[in-house]
Amino acid sequence: MSRARWLAPVVAFVALAFLVAVLPSFISAFRAQQLAYVAIYLIALIGLNVLTGYTGQISLGHGAFMAIGGYTTAILIADHGVKDIWTIPIAGILTGVVGFLFGIPALRLSGLYLALATFAIAVSMPAVIKRFEGFTGGGSGINLFGLPDLTASLTPVTVLGRELTFNDWLYYLCWTIALVGYVVAWLLLRGRTGRAFRAVRDSETAAQSSGVSLPKYKTLAFGVSAAYAGVAGSLFAIATTFVNPDTFPIALSILLLVGVVVGGLGSLVGLIAGAVFIQFLPIWSQEVSKSPGAPAIVSGVVLIALMFVLPMGFAGLLARVRTLTKR
Amino acid sequence: MADFMQQVVVGLSSGSIYASLALALVLIHRATGVINFAQGEMATLSTYIAWTLTTNHGWSYWPAFAFTLIASFVGGVAIHQGVIRPNEKGSVLRVVIVTIGLLLAINGLVTLIWSGEVRAVPSPFPTRTIEIGGVAISIQDIGTIGVVLATVVVLWLMFQYTKVGLAMRAAAVNPAEARLVGVRVTWMLSLGWGLAAVLGAISGMLAAPSVFLDPNLMAALLIYAFAAAVLGGIDSPIGAVVGGLVLGVGLNLLGTYVDFVGADLRLPGALLVILVVLLVKPSGIFGKTEVKRV
Amino acid sequence: MSNPSVLLRLDGVEARYGPVQALRGISLEVPEGSVVAVLGANGAGKTTTLRAVSGTVRRSGSIEFAGKPLHGGPEAVARAGIAHVPEGRGTFTELTVVENLRLGAYTRRERNLDSDIDRVSKWFPWIPDRAQQPAGTLSGGEQQMLAVARALMARPRLLMLDEPSLGLAPMIVREIFRIVRELNEREGLTVLVVEQDARIALQTASTAYVLEVGRVAVSGPSDELKENESVRRSYLGY
Repeated sequence: MSRARWLAPVVAFVALAFLVAVLPSFISAFRAQQLAYVAIYLIALIGLNVLTGYTGQISLGHGAFMAIGGYTTAILIADHGVKDIWTIPIAGILTGVVGFLFGIPALRLSGLYLALATFAIAVSMPAVIKRFEGFTGGGSGINLFGLPDLTASLTPVTVLGRELTFNDWLYYLCWTIALVGYVVAWLLLRGRTGRAFRAVRDSETAAQSSGVSLPKYKTLAFGVSAAYAGVAGSLFAIATTFVNPDTFPIALSILLLVGVVVGGLGSLVGLIAGAVFIQFLPIWSQEVSKSPGAPAIVSGVVLIALMFVLPMGFAGLLARVRTLTKR
Repeated sequence: MADFMQQVVVGLSSGSIYASLALALVLIHRATGVINFAQGEMATLSTYIAWTLTTNHGWSYWPAFAFTLIASFVGGVAIHQGVIRPNEKGSVLRVVIVTIGLLLAINGLVTLIWSGEVRAVPSPFPTRTIEIGGVAISIQDIGTIGVVLATVVVLWLMFQYTKVGLAMRAAAVNPAEARLVGVRVTWMLSLGWGLAAVLGAISGMLAAPSVFLDPNLMAALLIYAFAAAVLGGIDSPIGAVVGGLVLGVGLNLLGTYVDFVGADLRLPGALLVILVVLLVKPSGIFGKTEVKRV
Repeated sequence: MSNPSVLLRLDGVEARYGPVQALRGISLEVPEGSVVAVLGANGAGKTTTLRAVSGTVRRSGSIEFAGKPLHGGPEAVARAGIAHVPEGRGTFTELTVVENLRLGAYTRRERNLDSDIDRVSKWFPWIPDRAQQPAGTLSGGEQQMLAVARALMARPRLLMLDEPSLGLAPMIVREIFRIVRELNEREGLTVLVVEQDARIALQTASTAYVLEVGRVAVSGPSDELKENESVRRSYLGY
């Protein structure tokens, strides 16, 4: 890549990181918490984008992967006294392995069938969680609030000389991981792996005849995307300080897919917009009208309108702006 | 034995409801290649319309039923022309998101107009039972099976023996070539959506008397319908019907005779069916295994 | 006032596929009752020319059919009386032979098509025996003939054939062109045929246009083109 092309994204990224770093000083604790959730969704979306945007495999079940990550963290903290931060990579790796293993039978399914299979898994996840009560705490879930291993939950924690309350700590934790995850994904997708992924999406038969091993890359994509979702789920559990079977419903899986499409498939940049969208759309819809059912109507209409106006998602809008400013 | 037959009939009755909705899903998938996630909500809306006509406006049942079918047909056509068609040229995901948006919007609309209260819906069929060969069978079950069967037969006749039916089939399998012989393909697809809406409405109106009417009426039913469609083959209308009936009977028998399963593991049962079928033979019982053209 | 005996006239027709310009100004005339061939190498724009007429691809420039401007997509063009048999036959392989034929007559209002099916079966006598078979079970040559039969069901004024010889054995190709010639001589059917196989096309057509990179390079009566050795070598490959 020529230096000019390479410079712009790096500058933008650094600016973003800077913004993220200083923002909490200017916003309320409540907002900080909301933005922490944006980061969590962003992590999940990065993962889902690798799967759907890059290899073209549709998943309606990433909420289930988040559930695995979330419950891993919750069980490790509550039952085994593991410090919350250490549970995050464990959750990520575990979920990644599960995702990779799922990717193997998923090789036989394409498009719609894969979507239905992942949908079925996501819908059945709450029931499965309830079934293994002894392990997961069943319907009553696992409570993390007040546990000493949950950083900053009882007393503020000191990081780099600053005292952080829970919401601010959460914000920085989630965004640090999100930004790191972003860079990792960017590096992964730039190189040979990314090209292989895209080859799989564009034409499986062509990719195969050029020597791209379909099973390897498709399962790898599943593993990577699941790992991201697992990390997101882990952070989600830490953020909500509580998990039960309804923490990760089918609506979450659908929301994630919406986020990736609205953000713009195959592009990392739009995903931030996608994450903001899925965090704030329900809130904004409520502000339009509180009558029962009205927020749902607003959300639905906005979704439909977006597909008309921005068929390529926010990433498409950005691309258009970029071509306009080049002239 | 009598008990068994009874359970089979009950299973066939709920199975026909699944079959009807599954047929709607298959119709739309065959024609437009899309899974309409809003199919259930559209059916719920239709059912509310029927309910409101009979309860709040004093219509008698069958006229309200007929009116609802017509309204549903028009609604289905309108949704395809207005919202789906402009997005058809894009990726499949775009249309999926649109149907998800429709799901939200229609669900919200229903809640807004009629509130989330659960309502009792009268059945068009008398609730008593009759005896056939020593087995007590409810008239409602027979009526349900009868209505769905009649609908399926009428549809089949239309597809096989009418010009429009032939045009719709052609438009579904080969839209480009269909255009060359003069078929207005887009309208044929809209027709498909209209018919699917009618099938959904029938499902809803038949299900409501037993499961009561509230905005989430069809959510669970949609999943059973998915299971039935996957089991039978997502592109096979016969498969949808057979799949629905098999699923209905199977789940009912499992729930009755296998203690472990019980009543509230029916939904996971259906989901398990989806997963197993997709693992073993994704194209379902009647589906053709896809041949990839290089 | 255009010459009334010209059934189809293209004037400066351009068409593109995205950024690629496929037709750069095609002008040709198809007189009523004649067979006209469009020849040229792969990628010269032959198929695109037919697509431009049938409205399958967006185009600019003027197209007149029976003296009136021709607009709209394939559905409208079919209704105007043009039958387009596309590349690869375009038979509905999942439908039966007779269902394919019925679809051919879609634009006509007759309810009873039996006499039409009889009429068409005279040209392809094997059809009644295979009426209920799915079209996909027919051989390539039979599918090509079925596609022509289907086109005839519409009683078109103009029949457009796109590469009828594609993938077929020489004997079958000769048979198909024989039928085309007879349809033209006995029933006066106007035919516009796009072909890779220039030799057989020139035997059947009265006039030919040779395309090269989206333009008409050479045109004229087939006899002249056949005799002209340099034309044959440079454009027709033999």
